[in-house]
Amino acid sequence: MGRSYQLGLFIRGDVDVKDLHQAERFKPSATRRDFLGLAAAWSAVLAFMMAMLGAFRLPMPSVFPESDSKVKLGHPNRFEIGTSTYYPKHQLWLFRDEQGFYAISSICTHLGCVAERKENGKFDCPCHGSKFSVEGEIEGGPAPKGLLWLDLSVSPEGVLVADTLSDVNVGTRLTA
Amino acid sequence: MAGMETKSTPDKGAKPVRQVGDPGALGDFGANLLSTPRSFMRSMVRHGKPTSDRAKSQAVFGNFFLHILPVRTHVHSIKAATTLGLGVATLVLFILLCVTGILLMVYYKPSVDQAYASMLDIAHVVPSGRLMRNIHRWSAHAMVACVMLHMARAFYTSAYKGPRQFNWVIGMSLFVLTLALSFTGYLLPWDQLAYWAVTIGANIAQSPRELTDTLGITAVFDVGGMQKELLLGAHYVGQEALIRFYVLHVMVLPLVTSIMIAVHFWRIRKDGGLARPISADAVAASPIASSSGDSSPQLKTYGLMSLMKGRTPAVNLEIRNTVTTWPNVMYVIGAATMVTILAMVLLGVLFDAPLSEMANPAVPENPAKAPWYFLGLQELVSYSAFMGGVGIPAIVVLGLALVPYLDREKEDLGIWFSGRKGRRVALTSAIFSTVVVIGMLWFTVSYGWLRNWESTAHVPQIVITLLNPGTVFVVLFAVWSVITVKATSSTRMGAIALFTCFLVGFVILTYFATVHRGPNWDFYWSKAAWPVH
Repeated sequence: MGRSYQLGLFIRGDVDVKDLHQAERFKPSATRRDFLGLAAAWSAVLAFMMAMLGAFRLPMPSVFPESDSKVKLGHPNRFEIGTSTYYPKHQLWLFRDEQGFYAISSICTHLGCVAERKENGKFDCPCHGSKFSVEGEIEGGPAPKGLLWLDLSVSPEGVLVADTLSDVNVGTRLTA
Repeated sequence: MAGMETKSTPDKGAKPVRQVGDPGALGDFGANLLSTPRSFMRSMVRHGKPTSDRAKSQAVFGNFFLHILPVRTHVHSIKAATTLGLGVATLVLFILLCVTGILLMVYYKPSVDQAYASMLDIAHVVPSGRLMRNIHRWSAHAMVACVMLHMARAFYTSAYKGPRQFNWVIGMSLFVLTLALSFTGYLLPWDQLAYWAVTIGANIAQSPRELTDTLGITAVFDVGGMQKELLLGAHYVGQEALIRFYVLHVMVLPLVTSIMIAVHFWRIRKDGGLARPISADAVAASPIASSSGDSSPQLKTYGLMSLMKGRTPAVNLEIRNTVTTWPNVMYVIGAATMVTILAMVLLGVLFDAPLSEMANPAVPENPAKAPWYFLGLQELVSYSAFMGGVGIPAIVVLGLALVPYLDREKEDLGIWFSGRKGRRVALTSAIFSTVVVIGMLWFTVSYGWLRNWESTAHVPQIVITLLNPGTVFVVLFAVWSVITVKATSSTRMGAIALFTCFLVGFVILTYFATVHRGPNWDFYWSKAAWPVH
């Protein structure tokens, strides 16, 4: 016995173990009581917040109803060079030129309206007047970025597939 | 009555002695049965008819629904010019919305396949369904208007000042809740108008992406995307979004709003009733007090309820200028209630709530206009989504909530515009903001905005995002307010200047977007000039 312990936070200075049982050596300070009280209160608050966090994690979906975002567009041979095809259900345009295939989503990057493709090939959004070039680049209005070029691929059965939730750099083409 | 006497026999253990020929217990039963309506009334309302001052005060004090009111009310509080009845009207509209809303819930089905059909049923098949939906729609619009007007009233009569600062903040939260209730209700009909307004709204929630994209942190910290996913439960407006909006609209938001209304009302009492000028207590006995048939109380006993900070109440004057709440305040509340309900029923009978064709995700409405109270924001959103739809509304709401903490001048409460000086400040501010907003709109309509000019067409997106005409308004209004503070050396005058600028800006932008914006959000002098298609 007679060893000294350093209990920094709770008891200051060197304390003999047997002294711990003696009341006069062990003066309970208001600070310690406050500390324990506050610690208890804050752990309750923290526990409550964590519980709330767990509860409110629920409305954040981990699976989206449209998780099958891949759209089958048809066999590549169906599309002549220099043509464009619109898929109204998925609001995307499929183009084929000499260099290959590319798909542009007509959903306006401003607030989600559907941009209309005019006769000259440019896109106009009816909601707030955003304007896009033939390649979907911004030409005017409030849109923060150009129309998205969607990821194109060929499925095992040889059908063109566009992914509506995945975009590629402007100018990326799928070579036929 | 004989029955009564037998009951009150002090000897508890012994059976009551009855004479031969007495009606007996059966007679008691008959008498009790006959007097049941009266004794039931007695058990419910313990005081007698509210004829004496004592019974009148018990009518208020002893009633669960009325005990939020004081027993006696200051005459200033029931003058029409004090509140214009706007707070009561707002509450009545909320109750009206709850009642009609529950009735609509009986037939409405929150499913994308059936929602629109159930709207048609309500309009054409359900007995009085059309009227209930009309009243619900017009009350929703009226509630937004009343909340705004009530806020303007509280502001211009200095009712936000101490000790009522916190209740002003509660009021701001009720303003936001009212807008949220309106917005969530907007989707439920599942028509074209609803679908595209909510698509735009959800994308505004996503617009913080404009900022995070610029900072290049969207991949790790995507507030915008999270907000949209939380709201829609998907990346588009579909079944998930409809059920979420439904739950918010019929359950979560009404519940939170009810609680906040209760807190708002309770705080009015705790903060000392409605704000009134000191002069309202300077007059001895007002004509209202004497004409209401009250016996003016000469004596009043005080009990210590709580210790409060603040000015010592004008003890003897105050009591002389009060009237019993029952029935004087009841008349005022009753009148405001009846006028409100009458107006809503008339609107519902005369005008049908709009219902366009069923939602079609392939073809947007052109123009797709939000409800009127959001059209001012839609005008700003047409320059840049984040600043117009999130940044500026947040600045305005935050700015308004902070007003009582920034303007702490202890001047007289309850006076419209704080007197002549304030009226002049309000007028000059109204003129200033009218010139600024109309000038700015004229400029953007004539010359376009950043993207339309060669020198600025390719500025970084962050400039386009932040430099919205709305940002220019806010900065100019803030500068004007600071100048006013300096010129009048009064923060109250600065607050009046700022509030007036925001109010006028809101009104002009709303008018402009309602009347002068047409297809492709182009400028037209009137709807008649819209291109035919």
